[in-house]
Amino acid sequence: MGGADVDSAGPATPRVVVVGAGPAGVRCAETLVKAGIRPVVVDEGRRSGGQIYRRQPENFTRPYAALYGSEAAKAESIHRTFDSLLEHIDYMPETLIWNIADNHVYTVCGNRQRALAYDALILCTGATDRLMPVKGWQLAGTFSLGGAQVALKSQACAVGSRVVFMGTGALLYLVAAQYAAAGATVAAVLDTSALWRRVAALPKLLAQPRALWKGMLLTASLYRARVPVYFGIRPVAIEGSDDSGVAAVSFRDSMGKTRTLACDAVAMGYHLRPENQLADLARCEFRFDQPTRQWLPLADRDGRSSIDDVYLAGDGARILGADGAEASGELAALAALEDSGARVDSSRMDSLRRKLVKLQRFARGLNQAFPWPAAFAAELVDDTIVCRCEAIRVGELRATLSVTGSREVNRTKAFSRVGMGRCQGRYCGNAAAEIIASDGGVAIEEAGRLRAQAPVKPLPVALEKDS
Amino acid sequence: MRAQASDVIVVGGGIMGSSTAFFLAQRGLSVTLLERDLVGRHASGVNYGGVRRQGRPLYQLPLANRASAIWRRANTLLEAEVEYLQSGHMRVCYRGSDRDAAAMEQYAIDAKEYGLNLEYLEAPELQARFPFLGPEVMAGSLSMEDGHANPRLVAPAFARAAGRLGARVEENIRIVAVEKVADDFRVESADQRQFRAPVLVLATGAWAGELTAQFGEPVPMTSWGPTMAVTEPVSYGIKPSLGVYTAVAKESVYCRQIPRGNIIFGGGYKAPGYPTTGHTRVRPQNTLAQLEEIRRLVPEMGQLNIIRVWSGTEGYMPDGQPVAGPSERVSGLFYAFGFSGSGFQIGPGVGETLAELIATGATPIDLSHYKLSRFSFA
Repeated sequence: MGGADVDSAGPATPRVVVVGAGPAGVRCAETLVKAGIRPVVVDEGRRSGGQIYRRQPENFTRPYAALYGSEAAKAESIHRTFDSLLEHIDYMPETLIWNIADNHVYTVCGNRQRALAYDALILCTGATDRLMPVKGWQLAGTFSLGGAQVALKSQACAVGSRVVFMGTGALLYLVAAQYAAAGATVAAVLDTSALWRRVAALPKLLAQPRALWKGMLLTASLYRARVPVYFGIRPVAIEGSDDSGVAAVSFRDSMGKTRTLACDAVAMGYHLRPENQLADLARCEFRFDQPTRQWLPLADRDGRSSIDDVYLAGDGARILGADGAEASGELAALAALEDSGARVDSSRMDSLRRKLVKLQRFARGLNQAFPWPAAFAAELVDDTIVCRCEAIRVGELRATLSVTGSREVNRTKAFSRVGMGRCQGRYCGNAAAEIIASDGGVAIEEAGRLRAQAPVKPLPVALEKDS
Repeated sequence: MRAQASDVIVVGGGIMGSSTAFFLAQRGLSVTLLERDLVGRHASGVNYGGVRRQGRPLYQLPLANRASAIWRRANTLLEAEVEYLQSGHMRVCYRGSDRDAAAMEQYAIDAKEYGLNLEYLEAPELQARFPFLGPEVMAGSLSMEDGHANPRLVAPAFARAAGRLGARVEENIRIVAVEKVADDFRVESADQRQFRAPVLVLATGAWAGELTAQFGEPVPMTSWGPTMAVTEPVSYGIKPSLGVYTAVAKESVYCRQIPRGNIIFGGGYKAPGYPTTGHTRVRPQNTLAQLEEIRRLVPEMGQLNIIRVWSGTEGYMPDGQPVAGPSERVSGLFYAFGFSGSGFQIGPGVGETLAELIATGATPIDLSHYKLSRFSFA
C-alpha cells in the first residue's frame, strides 16, 4: 500500500478506495473498517448489494425469501453488514469511476466530477453477461439474462409476457426459474450446452455439493412449472420487426430440426464476463484464461494485481460467483492491510484461500458443463449485427478482415468500428474476437484483448468540477 | 545474412512514410516500408482527422495544396474509403481577441495569393449561418475547400495500395541501426533482419531522433499526445470542421461531426508522450478542461455524452514546424518528421513530393523552410 502522505498533520491512515458495493466490495469494506481504516466505497448502484444481491427500491417491501430465494440469508447479511458500515466509510453511491491516473480515481455522480487520491485501490467491479450475437438480437424485447433479472428484482416486472431464455450457464436456469416463480410465462429454456456435459463436469461440480444441489432444484422447479427445456440447441434467429420487436425465436434442436417458438421477449446470456476496464485503466497486466476463453487481470491468490496499490476481488477478477466474491473481497482487504504493514490474521487468510481453491474447482466445472459456444461465432450469418452500438454486421466485419489483413481486435476495431460504440465492446467483444480468430486463422489469444478506454461508461460533456 | 535490397527503404509507416512508399511504387521504384508497430498506429491514426490548410505558415501552402488535390481523389487513388468529407473548415475567435480576429482577416488576404480561398465572417452573421456556435464567437474564417477524414483508415490504405504496386511492407519491425556504406544504406532491425538501398527515407515521427543521430544529425524533438474525445451519435448538423484560433492553450479546441452523427473533438492541453511504450494516455484533468471549452464553442454539446477518449504519440519540433526533404549532410537520405500535431492534411503532399524528388531529382515545391539545419545545435 505504501506511499501514504506522512506530513505535519501526523501519520495518515492509508487512503483506500473500494470500487463496488456487491458481495466483494461489502466484505472488503467490512474488513478494512475492522482494521481501523475508513475506506471510500464508490458504487455505480443506487443502493448496495451489487447485481446478485440487488436491493429493491426503498418503497418496495417484498420479503428476502421472495426476492433472493435460497440466497435470502446471504443477501440479508450483505445488506445488514453494509448498513452497519455506513458511519465508518465514505459511501459514494450512483458514482462512476470514469478514469484512473497517477493514483487518483476520477469519479462522476450526475454532472459532478471529483478526483480522489488513493494509497490502495481495491476493485470489486463484478461481472456482466457474456453475450453471443444472434441474428435479430437488436430487436426490442431482447435482453441479457442479467437485465431480465434486474427488471424482476428491482422493479418487480417481467421483460415480457412470454419469455424465451436462451444461452447457457447457471444464470440461464436461475433467471428462468425466478420468472416462472414470479408467475411469468416462460416459453422455453434453450440451452446451447448438451446434457452430457453436465454429467462429465460432475466431479468438479461436487466441489460445492450445496450449490450443485440448488442447481438441480432449480431445474426441477422448471420441470414442475412445465417449462420446456431444450439441451444442445443452436440459435438460428430472433424473429420480429423493427416496429413491433421480438415475435419469435427459431433454433435447431439437438436432432438438427429447426423449431420456432412464439414469444415477446428473449433473455440471453452465456455465463459471465468480468468487468475489468478499471483494472485496465489502472494499467494492470492481463492474461488469457484458456478454459473460459477470456482475458483476466493478473492477480496472485490474494488479489494483488501486477500494479502496486491495486487489488482485485470478486467476479471482476475471475468468475467465482457470490460466495467467491465475499471471500475474495475479504482476502484482498487483508492483503492490502498486510502490505501496509498491519498485522493480519494469517490463519483467516489461509482459510479464505482454501475456500477460493474449492470455488475455483467448482467454477471450472460450471465452465465445463456450460461452455461458451465459441464455434457459433464463426458460423454467424453475414447479416447478423455483431456490434449493436455501431450497427456493424458480421459480413462487414469479415470484409474488413479480408481487405485489411487485420488479425487483432484493437486493430480491427479501428478499421471496422466493432467495439467502438458506447458499450466499448463489452457486449460484442467476446464474439468479435472469436470471429477475428476463426476468419483470420489465428488462436483466440493472438486476436488479443480490447484495450479499455476512458470513460468506462458515457460521460456528460456538461461535467462540472467539484472541488 | 543477406540484406534485402530495394531502390528505397522507408522507415516509419505513418502517413508520411506510407504515402511516400505509395508514390514511389507508383513511379515504378522498388520500395521497402518498415514499421516498428502497425502502419498508421501512432500519430497518423489517432489524430483529429482535420484536413485543413488555413493556419499553416504561408510557405507550407504549396505543399498543402498538393495534398488537397490528393485528398480529393484519395478513394479512387487508394481503392479504399478514407471518409474524406470536403464539408469546410472554419477557424473562429472569441470576443475580446481583436488581435486574433485581425490576424485571421489578414491571413485570408495573404492566403489568397497561394490559392487558398477564405471567407471572413463576423457575428451576428456568423451565428445566423452557423447557429450552433456559442455567443462568445466573434469572427470566423471559412475554407469550403477543406474538411476532414478518418485518420484510422488513411495510412493503412496508402500502405496497402503501395503493397498492391509491389512495395514490400513489413510491420512489427524495429529498426535499431542505420548506416551508409559506400553508396548503400544498411538498415538492421532488432531481430537482426537486414535491408539495403541507395535511398533511405526516415519518416519516424516521435522516434526520429534515435535514427537521425546515427548520421550525426540529432533532433531536438519532444513528444506529446493530443487530448481526443468523441461523443455519442446525434443528428448531423455541424458540417464544417471547427477550430478556435487563440494563443491560450486551454481555449484551443476543435471539433468535427461525421455524418453518422458522432462529434470528434480535441485540443486544449496535451499529455506528455511516451514513445518508449507507444501508449500515450489522455490526462483526465485535460479532458475536464477541454469539456469546459468545447461547451463554449458549441454550447449544445453540453447535452451530449462522450463515449471514448484517446491519445497517441506525436513528435514536436521546437518551432512546431516539420522537417522534410533531403538531409543536408548525407546524400540519398531524406527526412519527413516533426509535424508537431499538424501532419495529417499535408502528409500525402509530403509523400508525393519526396517520391518525385527521389525519382526525378527535382520538385517544384520549395523545401528550403523544412530543413533540419534551422535548429542551430549542430
